[in-house]
Amino acid sequence: MQNKPMMHGYLKLKLGEFELDSGDFSLDLDGVTVLFGRSGSGKSTLLRAMSGLDKRTQGILVVNGKIWQEGSRRMAPQARNIGFVFQDAALFPHMTVRQNLNYGMKRLPKGVAELSDAEFNEIVSRVGIADKLDRAVTYLSGGERQRVAIARALLSRPDILCMDEPLSALDWRSKSELLALIEDVVAAYKIPLLYITHSPAEVERLADRVVFMHDGKIETVETLQEALARPDSPLFAEEGVVSVLEGLSMPMEAGLHPVVMGEDRLWLSDLSELTQKAVRVRVLARDVSIALSDPKDLSIINHFKTTICELIPKGEHRTLVRLLMADGQKLFAEVTNHSAERLHLRVGKTVFALIKSVAVTE
Amino acid sequence: MLEIFGTEINLGPIWLTLEVAAITTLVLLVVGTPLAWWMAQMRSSNKVFLEALVALPLVLPPTVLGFYLLIIFNPTGPVTEFLRFFGFEGQLTFSKTGLVIGSVIYSLPFAVQPLMHAFEAIPQRLLDAAATLRAGVLDRFFSVVLPLSQRGFLVAATLTFAHTVGEFGVVLMVGGNIPGETRMVSIDIFDHVESLEYDQAHILSAMMLVFALVVLMLVYGLNRRFGVKVG
Repeated sequence: MQNKPMMHGYLKLKLGEFELDSGDFSLDLDGVTVLFGRSGSGKSTLLRAMSGLDKRTQGILVVNGKIWQEGSRRMAPQARNIGFVFQDAALFPHMTVRQNLNYGMKRLPKGVAELSDAEFNEIVSRVGIADKLDRAVTYLSGGERQRVAIARALLSRPDILCMDEPLSALDWRSKSELLALIEDVVAAYKIPLLYITHSPAEVERLADRVVFMHDGKIETVETLQEALARPDSPLFAEEGVVSVLEGLSMPMEAGLHPVVMGEDRLWLSDLSELTQKAVRVRVLARDVSIALSDPKDLSIINHFKTTICELIPKGEHRTLVRLLMADGQKLFAEVTNHSAERLHLRVGKTVFALIKSVAVTE
Repeated sequence: MLEIFGTEINLGPIWLTLEVAAITTLVLLVVGTPLAWWMAQMRSSNKVFLEALVALPLVLPPTVLGFYLLIIFNPTGPVTEFLRFFGFEGQLTFSKTGLVIGSVIYSLPFAVQPLMHAFEAIPQRLLDAAATLRAGVLDRFFSVVLPLSQRGFLVAATLTFAHTVGEFGVVLMVGGNIPGETRMVSIDIFDHVESLEYDQAHILSAMMLVFALVVLMLVYGLNRRFGVKVG
């Protein structure tokens, strides 16, 4: 595609008491766009309106220069070239896995070549359902169903992939496996993904940009970096302020996995299932302590030399300290006002950040 | 004519009954499917009115329904005139055509209700999924809705057929009692009882009883085979 895929418009949809009134929005679609908000904030309604799945949608929607919605006139969803993965997979129960996969392939528009057997096999094995093609869908586990749904959507060769909380019905293990799969699929096929979730961890893992929704409205659209840079981000509402550090994972040494970030190395103990090299690591601000000198005799292994770039009063006698790491990434530390006074923390001062615990975003 | 236990039974009413029931079933599946689909998709409050309207033949005395049909089908009335305009000859009252139309209206709920419930049981997201996989409206109906509502169709067809076989009031009002023309089994039985021909009435009634039992067993058997509880 020569031009960056993008979407702009203004969508309205009234459903009983609830009213979606998105406001004007304009989105680049390349990579992963996450619609984030509490339940009831209108994420699903917005995505349904964007996909043309609700007749009552009103407004304007232009995608890659094509008009998808104008007033109450709506381009039918079957004409939009979108793939949709629903919360509970929505596989056709009267068909086998293979018949489900073929459903979209049989209905490709004229001029779009059907995938070759090799391409079919590639997708099916990447998604991990190659050995389940002749099963009835009723006998699949939740994770397997979602895999089939993802493959079914991919095989219909969509321009945009939509996913509505595809992990919400799964246990934690299937969740993390599927997240890795979604990352892999997006990277491999370079397909724009619109992804709904209310889990900050999923946002931090997948998103390139975040659409924040509240009360049926789009509040802001921010890049992930912007969204994580402001301490009052809705992403922090539940667990507190989080920093997401990006680095390259290296082979294991002494039972630990180093993640390289410029000059610095972050040591992780739980990287076993990770396949890709670039990783996002999630650090809670309250797990970061500050020392004025580099302590040697301490059980905490992750120490970084940093510079204080901002002190943000947080209320409740606590201060948020924004630290600049050697490679330019920012790290939040949360300390009490008392400690901040005692250590004479000032902008520009060099301090050591001690990270008590880190997690690869799951 | 058939002789059972030395009693002569006229088979005419039986064949007529089966014929009317078969045509009625066919008509109702063709007409009832889109109606049921439309109602299943409806979200507005009009649905309540429509549901009540469709269910009306269940509660209305058949004679009331028959009476109104008789009035509407009046040979010089607008409905007949309208049909004449399209080349219809003959009349609606006291004819087989009238019987079929009356039966269609009388058995409407027995076709529409099972179909509507079958359609409503199909999750919307399956249709949404089909749409995003580029299936158009009719395509979605034939590839997703129809296969998933087979049971609804079987129940609708069986119940419509059986109910039409068993009707009395509407056929008597609309069709009258013309031998070989509009005399159906239920009326035939009534006739025999009136004339104190209890043997014929016995035999025909027993046949109806067995028929009803077989049909009901068929319906429940189908339900069981398709793994769905009744009700």
